[in-house]
Amino acid sequence: MLTKRELQRRFMAHLDPILLLSISLLMLLSLVLIYSASDGNWVRVLGQFVNILVAFAAMWIVANMPLHYLMRSAVPIYILGMVLLVCVALFGDISHGARRWLNIGIATIQPSELMKIAVPLMMAWYFEKHEATLTLKNYFVAALLLLLPVALIARQPDLGTSVLIGASGFYVLFLAGLSWRIMLGMAVIAAASAPFLWSMLHDYQRHRILMLLDPSQDALGKGYHTIQGMIAVGSGGLLGKGYLNGTQTHLDFLPERTTDFIFAVWSEEFGFLGNLILLGLYIFVIGRGFVITANASTYFTRLMAGSITLTFFTYAFVNMGMVSGILPVVGVPLPLVSYGGTSMLTLLLGFGMLMSVHSHKQLVKT
Amino acid sequence: MKRHVELKNHQREIYYFRFRLMLSLSLVLVMLLILLARFIYLQVIKHDYFQTLAESNRIAVVPVVPNRGLILDRNGIVLARNYSGYTLEIASRKVVDLEATINELSTLVDIQPKDRKRFKKLLAESRNFDTLPIRNRLSDEEVARFAAQRYRFPGVEIKARLFREYPYGQGTSHLIGYIGRINEKDVDQLEQEDIASNYLGSDYIGKTGLEQSYEKELHGTTGFDQVEVDAGGRAVRALSRIAPKSGNTLMLTLDAKLQEVAEQAFGNYRGALVAIDPTNGDILAFVSKPGYDPNLFIDGIDTENWEALNNSPDVPLNNRALRGQYPPGSTIKPFMALAGLNYNERTPSYTISDPGYYTLPGNRHQYRDWKQGGHGRVDMFKSIVISCDTYYYGLATELGIDRIHEYLTGFGFGKKTGVDMEGEVSGLIPSQQWKMRRYKQPWYAGDTVSVGIGQGYNLVTPLQLATATATLANDGIAFKPHFVKQIQRSNVNAPDVAPQSVFDLHIKPENIDLVKRAMEAVTKPGGTAAGASAGALYRMAGKTGTAQVVGMKQGEKYDASKISEYNRDHAWFIAFAPADKPRIALAVLAENGGHGGSTAAPIARKVLDYYLLGIIPKPLESGLDKEGVEND
Repeated sequence: MLTKRELQRRFMAHLDPILLLSISLLMLLSLVLIYSASDGNWVRVLGQFVNILVAFAAMWIVANMPLHYLMRSAVPIYILGMVLLVCVALFGDISHGARRWLNIGIATIQPSELMKIAVPLMMAWYFEKHEATLTLKNYFVAALLLLLPVALIARQPDLGTSVLIGASGFYVLFLAGLSWRIMLGMAVIAAASAPFLWSMLHDYQRHRILMLLDPSQDALGKGYHTIQGMIAVGSGGLLGKGYLNGTQTHLDFLPERTTDFIFAVWSEEFGFLGNLILLGLYIFVIGRGFVITANASTYFTRLMAGSITLTFFTYAFVNMGMVSGILPVVGVPLPLVSYGGTSMLTLLLGFGMLMSVHSHKQLVKT
Repeated sequence: MKRHVELKNHQREIYYFRFRLMLSLSLVLVMLLILLARFIYLQVIKHDYFQTLAESNRIAVVPVVPNRGLILDRNGIVLARNYSGYTLEIASRKVVDLEATINELSTLVDIQPKDRKRFKKLLAESRNFDTLPIRNRLSDEEVARFAAQRYRFPGVEIKARLFREYPYGQGTSHLIGYIGRINEKDVDQLEQEDIASNYLGSDYIGKTGLEQSYEKELHGTTGFDQVEVDAGGRAVRALSRIAPKSGNTLMLTLDAKLQEVAEQAFGNYRGALVAIDPTNGDILAFVSKPGYDPNLFIDGIDTENWEALNNSPDVPLNNRALRGQYPPGSTIKPFMALAGLNYNERTPSYTISDPGYYTLPGNRHQYRDWKQGGHGRVDMFKSIVISCDTYYYGLATELGIDRIHEYLTGFGFGKKTGVDMEGEVSGLIPSQQWKMRRYKQPWYAGDTVSVGIGQGYNLVTPLQLATATATLANDGIAFKPHFVKQIQRSNVNAPDVAPQSVFDLHIKPENIDLVKRAMEAVTKPGGTAAGASAGALYRMAGKTGTAQVVGMKQGEKYDASKISEYNRDHAWFIAFAPADKPRIALAVLAENGGHGGSTAAPIARKVLDYYLLGIIPKPLESGLDKEGVEND
């Protein structure tokens, strides 16, 4: 018979207290904000609570999983993700002008979400496998493992997700020691091919980039989101207008208040001080991620943990940057805060891996 | 030695890795500083500026819904129009206790239980932030009563807006269709087509019929008002406006009076009628009986009416003319005759001796003629006039299913006509390949026999049969059937939509002439439609048909009185007139009407009489204006 205390200990055994505390605070903040952003809609709040519970359970399972399970799952998950992506391209459901969803009878799924985990996992696995004999060829193959799904997702079109997955894969390459000369070369090539890429973009994507340069140009149309977001953030001032008192939020000026623009709600109602608190929480999460990464015991876990941490930061940066008007509106949620079950699940799976990396490191032979 | 090198590499690797990690960390910090700087800029330095924007600049962009285009018949009679009226609407998310609010409201305006039911249904189907109507078409008195008490009802408002109305109701229901409230599925569709912004203020969208098919023309372009709103979100001042552009008016090829004559000619029969001008494909009448009242659907139909319509055995919501698929019965015979001539399987003078049944070589199964004992000696002309089954059993067998398939498909059977209305179905002309695909069975010789008289696997829609009849009447030159004659933009007279000639079958003049003469003889004494055509003051050509609903066993006799109504045969009649220079071609189907000659042909006769002579059938009351009609 286990005592209550023993049960508690076992439950918490693989959960990292520092990460747990900071992400719990962020999720609590999410519930508080969604209540305001949805004009007091309890259904929405409850929905997010369920999202959190489900994602939390997933995190616990992954955190308790030994690392070799994770490694062994890399290839099958990646292949599954690729097959699903190809299926989406061939016969996915079209919604909102993009082909992102796959109807599998019981539910519709968005395989690009799976790839957010699968791509860095696969690349880290690949580098671990060839650790002893890394040559340029290996970097090339890893880059291919990254570019295939990114290209498929960009074609859907889902620019935001493809950029984020591209970033998460790039972090793996970077941490795996891709040489500076090659990175410089790629930067030059990217700059040179910019005009070509521009011509490949969809009209609405170009529009969003142009609007970033001058949102007032189309104040009633696509620039509207950016302008209203900036007004919300700016009018929040030092201390904010107070909880439930944001005029931008409650007079329907802000678009997508519970999802992509939830940061504007926070900024308006809690001001600069609130933003400092939010940034502080994110720094906590990211800082802890860096510590776990630096102390990780194997090549695979180092790459994986580093990529997860940096990607998490990228999410936060891109979302806050887009709402405050320094990045284009690309439809990236504010991590752990925006309403949404899938992104919550993906994020907490990542944190589960981080925790597993940390708590299982003693058990792995170096 | 080797072990030593590896160990060294490993340590160096960790060193490099941590170096790169530190680099990333510094980059992260730099980015955070950028964000911080941006927040300071927006929230501290420019705070006053944005504060002013947020407070005074409460500019809301309010979409202004354009007026929906009208739908007129070819003579300008209005078939769909708008009228202005008041509606009482509730913004459900601003109201705490909906039930109580509605109870309170019912003391001021008349709110029936069915209004409540409809409101609940709308609430369940609606988009999140809609305001929904609890009552439409308020009286002036009700408007005044509510206005005086308005302060008691936050979130409830009176709106003036245009209502859609279909003055011909049932008579044009399957043709015009109806508009209804925009639902999630419509939103998805609009977003896919990237035109959602044009529907920002719109509550309605075409759901069926021409309202749906010509949605883009009818809707118009949404305008925008920039208004200043107070802290409560109410508009206080208009700043600027981009005016909406009204939808285009559709002028149809339809003749509304002809439509009404045709509709009433059906009496109590279910069925369909499509009349087409063979020289250009104009659809002159398009009836599917029974119809329904499209006005019921506009603001969401109430449950009782919906269940009555949806569960009726007469399926009034089914557009039979466009989507009903029936065996063509003997109306296929003129087309089969043309096929026989075309492939040189028959000459006009080739004669059979009809014993009243047909047997395949080496088989004892008897395919019976409708007339016991047979018609005696029958050539092609007579085979059409008296509708001899035995002649066509033999012809079909000798043509073979693949040539039948080829010829009838060429005539437009078994595929969509391309009419400008959504939801058309293609009918079916079987082939060996089709049967293999569909049933995984080879084609049997016996399958072909009944195809010859329009039974068996083949299916046609009334629209298809009317189109094919028009093509035959026009000597094999086919026009795409169409409903819209003009799209009138901003009330200027528009040019007619050009008729689209889709193919020319290049039928030999002597062949088409023979078949047309035979079809004219059908309407003369001795022909199967002689009764219905007696006394016609123009030259009429036609062909009767009877399509079996239930099959009969060998040796069994068809007795209508012993069969339940819904299993009785369908009656067909195709016709065109005047026979020498056809101005109208049509197909009539009377479901479970028995013989084509006795039920379908009289309906066609009334339609032709009206169209060619202006004769209004006796029992027809209602809104036909009798003065404009000349009576020969």
